[in-house]
Amino acid sequence: MASKMSFSKEISNLLYAMEGNPIDRCIQCGTCAGTCPAVPFMEHSPRQIIDMIRAGLRKKVLSSNTFWYCASCYQCTVRCPQGIHITDVMYALKRYALWKKKMYNQDLIGPAFSQQFVRLILKYGRSFEPGLASSFVFKRGLKGLVKEARTGMKLFLKGRLPLLPSKIKRIKNFRRMLARILPLEGIS
Amino acid sequence: MKRYAYFPGCSLEKMARGYHLSTVETAKALGVDLRELEDWNCCGATAYFHIDEILAYALCARNLALAEQEKLDVVAPCSGCFKNMYATREHLKKDPDLAEHINEALQEDHLRFKGTSRVRHLLDVFVRDVGLERIRKAVSRPLTGLRVAAYYGCQIVRPRKGEEDVERPGYFEDLIRALGAEPVEFLLKLRCCGGSLVVTHRKAALTMVHQLLLNASTQKADVMVTACPLCQTNLECYQGEVNQEFGTDLKVPILYFPQLMGLAFGIPAKRLGIGKEFVDVEAVLRKCAG
Repeated sequence: MASKMSFSKEISNLLYAMEGNPIDRCIQCGTCAGTCPAVPFMEHSPRQIIDMIRAGLRKKVLSSNTFWYCASCYQCTVRCPQGIHITDVMYALKRYALWKKKMYNQDLIGPAFSQQFVRLILKYGRSFEPGLASSFVFKRGLKGLVKEARTGMKLFLKGRLPLLPSKIKRIKNFRRMLARILPLEGIS
Repeated sequence: MKRYAYFPGCSLEKMARGYHLSTVETAKALGVDLRELEDWNCCGATAYFHIDEILAYALCARNLALAEQEKLDVVAPCSGCFKNMYATREHLKKDPDLAEHINEALQEDHLRFKGTSRVRHLLDVFVRDVGLERIRKAVSRPLTGLRVAAYYGCQIVRPRKGEEDVERPGYFEDLIRALGAEPVEFLLKLRCCGGSLVVTHRKAALTMVHQLLLNASTQKADVMVTACPLCQTNLECYQGEVNQEFGTDLKVPILYFPQLMGLAFGIPAKRLGIGKEFVDVEAVLRKCAG
């Protein structure tokens, strides 16, 4: 009979390269929370998130905004006295929450932004800033839209905004390559 | 002559054109041969890790395989590209099964990852491979009296790559001194600029940028220099929004570090891509010209 994996184990093993992130070694010292520059904006500090993961509070963890506020600066990771790859826990949670679509707050820009970024690279092989804009400019209200347009125009006038995407030459090989990593039928 | 495969990354194509131009100019002046990697692709930024880890490694593995074909180490000026390629190489070398899985996919582009090319950041190449001695010799217009906040940011330093000092590194300041300028005490030099939070959570990013600018400005820095295109964009293009948000009047010029090097080497500002900034750098140029 298959046994059910604990939430903590699931998250620990969610990243292939982490070989089991040692979440269970956390001593709740709070170094991560004291270090994180984005912590004032998070519903739960990284320390609390780890505690919640270990308590198996799946729904509460996945609907928290905490990991969407992680900027991948790795400050917590280099300071964790227990060697927990906290930034990678945040990556793992982002990915997990994207699978469980209903659990994250639908007003968040992060999920749509990451997905759009991935789509663009599949299409061109390189990033294209104007192509990313659709994932966020309309989510910030009229005032936000005006601000965004102003920044965009300024970048354009300074010659810093591309109008056309630059596509890599071997894009067909590139797409076939990625399709062999994932079953990606129907990329256009 | 030292030769490297050069990986500019997407930002340097347009958004951070000045970083690219100044990299090419200063490398030339120092006798470093940068060969742009043929048909390189995006490193995946942070977004790919949000979606799929193996896909993210595949993107970087292709670039690494391209560099290996040239039998060259790869150098990236962008800290994000650097960190992604560095981490990919480490993981694939540790895990032959994963490497094999990715190599099967790479066959579609007739490539194979072996792990023979090292991954370097441009700043590290200039400071450690070229060396401060050589840089000092290339300086024709020492930046005497210029107060510089050397901003490392995150991913050039973190996560840890080996036994290096990740809490108090000093090599960036050493470079600033070699140019004749004066590094200011900059406590937040390793603190994050917010990265892509500037898109996804503007208020958080503006708060982080505000603290950095405030620190540099309190230390009376004439200019803050960055080693990453995203840091430059956040600190510079959103400085106006920071001032609006916090009712401040900060005007901290932000340059890429090779631009500052180029000025000290006597290369005309225009060739270094200077003049595309949101925050005026005239005062810095005047001070550099002595």
